[in-house]
Amino acid sequence: MHRIEGFFSEWVIKHRVIVIVLSVIIVAAAASGLRHLSFNNDYRAFFGEDNPELVAFNEVENTYTKSDNVFIVISPNGGDVFQPKVLGLIEDMTQDAWQMPHSRRVDSLQNFQNTYAEEDDLIVEDLYEEASDLSENDLQRIKKIALSDPLLFKRMVSEDGRVTAINIVLEYPKLNPNEELKEVVATTRQLIKDYEEKYPNVSFYVTGVSFLNTSFVEAGEGDVMTLVPISFVLMMIFMFFLLKSPSAVFGVMLVIIFSDMAALGMAGHIGIQLSPASVPSTQMIMVLAVANSIHILVSFIFSLEHKVPQGKALSESIRLNLQPIFLTSVTTMIGFLGMNFSEVPPFNDLGNIVAMGVFVSLCLSLTFLPALMSYLPVKVKYQEDSDVEKLAHFSTFVIKNQNFILVGMAAIVLLSGYFVTQNRAEEQFLKYFDESIQFRTDSDFAASTLGGLYQLVYSVPAEGKGGISEPAYLKNLDNFSQWLKQQPETINVYVLTDTMRRLNKNMHGDDAEWYTLPESRELAAQYLLLYEMSLPYGLDLNNQVNVDKSATRLFITVQAMSNVQLLDYESRIQVWLKGNVPTSMQAPGTGPMMMFAHISDKNINGMLKGSILALVLISIILIFALRSLKIGIISLVPNIVPVVIGFGIWGLVYVQVNMGLAIVVSMTLGIVVDDTVHFLSKYLRAKREKGYSTEKAITYAYTHVGKALVVSSIVLTVGFVVLMMSPFALNSDMAKLTTWIIAAALIVDFLLLPVLLLKFDKDEK
Amino acid sequence: MKKIGLLLLILSSVFAYAQTPEEKGREIAIEADKRDNGFANSSSKMTMTLKNANGDVSIRKMRSKTLEVHGDGDKGLTIFDHPADIKGTAFLSFTHVLDADDQWLYLPALKRVKRISSKNKSGPFMGSEFAFEDLSSREVEKYAYLYIKDEAVNGEDAFVIEVRPNYKYSGYTRSVVWISKEKYQPLKIDYYDRKNSLLKTMSASGYQQYLGQYWRPDVMVMANHQTKKETRLGFADYQFKTGLSERDFNKSSLKRAR
Repeated sequence: MHRIEGFFSEWVIKHRVIVIVLSVIIVAAAASGLRHLSFNNDYRAFFGEDNPELVAFNEVENTYTKSDNVFIVISPNGGDVFQPKVLGLIEDMTQDAWQMPHSRRVDSLQNFQNTYAEEDDLIVEDLYEEASDLSENDLQRIKKIALSDPLLFKRMVSEDGRVTAINIVLEYPKLNPNEELKEVVATTRQLIKDYEEKYPNVSFYVTGVSFLNTSFVEAGEGDVMTLVPISFVLMMIFMFFLLKSPSAVFGVMLVIIFSDMAALGMAGHIGIQLSPASVPSTQMIMVLAVANSIHILVSFIFSLEHKVPQGKALSESIRLNLQPIFLTSVTTMIGFLGMNFSEVPPFNDLGNIVAMGVFVSLCLSLTFLPALMSYLPVKVKYQEDSDVEKLAHFSTFVIKNQNFILVGMAAIVLLSGYFVTQNRAEEQFLKYFDESIQFRTDSDFAASTLGGLYQLVYSVPAEGKGGISEPAYLKNLDNFSQWLKQQPETINVYVLTDTMRRLNKNMHGDDAEWYTLPESRELAAQYLLLYEMSLPYGLDLNNQVNVDKSATRLFITVQAMSNVQLLDYESRIQVWLKGNVPTSMQAPGTGPMMMFAHISDKNINGMLKGSILALVLISIILIFALRSLKIGIISLVPNIVPVVIGFGIWGLVYVQVNMGLAIVVSMTLGIVVDDTVHFLSKYLRAKREKGYSTEKAITYAYTHVGKALVVSSIVLTVGFVVLMMSPFALNSDMAKLTTWIIAAALIVDFLLLPVLLLKFDKDEK
Repeated sequence: MKKIGLLLLILSSVFAYAQTPEEKGREIAIEADKRDNGFANSSSKMTMTLKNANGDVSIRKMRSKTLEVHGDGDKGLTIFDHPADIKGTAFLSFTHVLDADDQWLYLPALKRVKRISSKNKSGPFMGSEFAFEDLSSREVEKYAYLYIKDEAVNGEDAFVIEVRPNYKYSGYTRSVVWISKEKYQPLKIDYYDRKNSLLKTMSASGYQQYLGQYWRPDVMVMANHQTKKETRLGFADYQFKTGLSERDFNKSSLKRAR
C-alpha cells in the first residue's frame, strides 16, 4: 500500500502535462452532457413511475378529462361579486381566457350553464350575459343561484359571496413541455396585469396545477441563479483567508467548477432532469470538493513553509492524503448513494449527482490539482501556528475532565433521544414553498376561500356499461356525497347526482319537490343524454363520466390540511364506503394532494432502510481501513450521535418533519464520518507507528487534524447555511438540520470521541 | 404578332385574377349546394363509436332522417336505438342559417317532449367529437369563404377553401375544407378553435352516389388533436325520397318516432 502511494504521488508530478490534459479532456467529455440537462416541469416528477398512487391517478386522468388547470381567484376589495362591474370583469376575463394557449375550456360564474324550465321548454344558457345591462332583479337572481346551486356554491363562489374564480382547463400537447408551460404562465400573468390595471379595486390570485408546476421550476431556477453563486463566492473568500495564496484559490476554484460541471454533465448524459429538490447537488458538490482540496493544499503549503521544494511538497501531500481522502470520499459517496432508497426520484437524483461529483473531485484533487499547482507560483511565509498550542491545551482539558464530559455528553444524547421521539412526519405540500413565493400566498388565499389545489378525486365504478344510470348506484353515490358534505373538512363535493337532481326538477316544471334522483335506469340514462346534448363547447360529460358510462368521477374540495389529517380523512372515507356501499363501488382517493400525502411515510421507510445500510457499509469500511474491530465499533458512536442530536433539536423546536429531512440521515452520515476518519487515522498512526500512549496519541490527533476538522466543518456549514436561504422548504429545512448535525459532529469528535478512546482503548499494560 | 400574344397573355391573367379568392370560394360553395339540391328527404342508419385517448370505446346506434328545407337549414330527426336504456329517445332539430337551432328531445321514460333552448351550435353531439355545427347542413350563407388552392386528398383532386362562420356562438374561428372536384363534397375538414389552433380533423371516406346525383360518405372520422379523442360515424342504408314530409318533423311526430 505504501509503495503504491509513493509511486502514484511521484507519477502524478512527473507526468503532470498528461495528467492536466487528460483531466481537462475527460471533464469536458462529461460536461458535454450539460446541454441535455433541463428542469422537469411536472410535479409528478416527485413520484416514481411505478408509484401506486401515481399509477392510480394517471389512470383516472386517462379515463376522464385531464385536470391540468390555471385557477384565477377574483376578490373585489369592497362588497360581494354580484355587482355589475365585477360581473362585467368576470365576463370579459372569461372571454379573454379562451385565448390562452392550450386552453380547452374556461369555466366561470358567467358561463355556468344554468338550466331551468319554462313550460315544456328546458332552457340551457349562460348564467348571465352583457353584465352592464343587468337589472337589480337579474343581480338578485344570479346571487341566489350562485349561493345555492351545489355546482357553484363554495366551488366557483365563496360562502360569503365575496370571492369567485375562473378555471381554465388546459391540454398541453407536451411536444415542448417547458416552452408550453412558460407560454401559459406568461399569458396568465399578462392577463392578470392587464385586469389589475383596469380594476385597481379588485385583487387577483393564481393557483392551479400549471402554477404548481411552474413554481417548482422557478424555485429550482431561483436557487441556481442566487444561492449557487453566493455559495461559490463565499467558498472562494473563505479559501483565500485560509490558504492566503491566489494560486491555491485558483486551483480549488477549478476543482469546484470541474466537479460540478462533470457531475451535472453526466447527469445530463444519463437523462436526469433537474427539480428544485435536486438542485442543491450543485452546492453540495462545491462544498465537498472544497473539503477534498483543502487537505491536499494545507499539507502542500505546510511543506512549503518548511522549505520543501514545490514538486516534492506536492507528491508528499498526495502520498499523505491519498488514503484519508479516498476513504472519506467513499464513505461520503455511500451516504449519498443511500438516497436511492428514497421513494422520491429527485432525491435519488440528488444523491447520485452528488456521489458523481464527489468521485470527480476525489480524482481531481489527487491528480489535476497537484499537477496544476506545480506550475503555479505559491509564496509562503513561515509562521509559527499558534493554533497548535491551543489545541494541545484543549487536549489536556479533555483528558482531565473526561468523566465530566462523558456524563455531560451522555445526558445530552439521552435528552436528544427523547426529543427525537417527539418528531412527527407531517407536512403540507403547498408549504414546500415559503411565503416569499407568490404561488404559496395565492394558493393559501384560494384555499381559505374556495379550495383550489386541496382536492381529492374518486372514480366510483358501477356495474357494467351504462351502469351509472342504475337507481341503486345513484342512490349510493348520492348517500356518499351527502355524507361527505357533512364532514367538517369538506368544502364542496362535485358529483353527478347533483346534476341529476337538478335535471329531474327542471323536467318537472322546476318543482322543488322533484329535486330528487330519477327512479328508473331509463330515465336516468335519458336525462344524461339530454344533459350531454345541451352541454356547451369544450365541455362534455367525460369530465365526470367515463366513456362507456360505467364509472363517475367525484371531486371533493377540502380545507388546507396536512398529510396526516388527509390520510385520516381518507381512512374515514374508506371505512364509510366499506360499511355503506357495495364492494363494486369501492374507490381509493386520488389526486396530487393524495399522492404527496402517501409519499411522506413511504419515503421515510425507504430512507430508514437506506440509512441503516449506509451505516453498516460505512462501519465495515472503517473496521477494515482502521484495521481494528474495536475502534470500528467505537467509531459508530460519533457517527450516530450527531444525527440523534440534530433530530433531537428538531423535535424540540419544530416537531413537523417533511420528506426532505428523511434523506438527511444517510447524507450526513457520509459527511460526518469524515471527521471521525481523520481523527482516528491520526490517532492510530500515533499509537502504531510512534508507539504513543492513548493520551499522547489523542493530543497528537488534536494537534494534527484539529484545525483541518474545524476548517472543513466551517466550509460545510457555510455551504448549508446558504442553502437555508432557499425559499423551497424541502431544501431549506434539510439544510438547517444538516447544519446542526455537522456542528454537532464537530463537538462530538472533539469531546466524546477522545473520551471514548480513553475509556475503551486503554493502553495495554 | 408578338405584341398581340403578349396582350393576350396579360388579358388572360387579368381574367384569371378578375375572380377574387373570396368569390372563387363562394362559387365552389354555391356549386356544392346546387349539386346537393333536391334530394327532398333522406334516411340512414348510423353507428357512432367514441374512443378516448386511453383507447376505451363506447358504441351508440341511431337512425337519422333529414328533410330538405329551401331557404333555411334542414330539419333532422334522430332516433336512438342503442344502448338499450336510451332506446326510443328521439331528437328533432330545425337548423337555421344564422340563428340558434330549434331542438326538441322526446324522453320515452318521461313520455314527454322537451324543447331544449340552447344558443350553442358549438356543443358536442351526444358527447362525441362532432359538434352540432359539424353535422348540420352546410348552407351557403352560413359562412364566409376564401379559396386557397387545389390539393389532392388520397389521390382525389380537391379545392381547398377556408370557411369562417357568420353565426354567433361557433366554437371555431375557421375551418379549412377540402372539397372533392368530382363530388363537391368535403373529403377532409380541419377545424381551428377560438384561439385559432388546430382542434380537430374530419375525414370522410367511402363516398357513394345515390339516385345518380347525391354523394354520401360511408364513414366520417373526427379526430381531436388536443384531447386525442376520436369519434367514428358509420352510415348505412341510405335512402332518398322516401316520402317523408313536414308532418314527420314536428313535436307530435317525435313521440311516434320509433
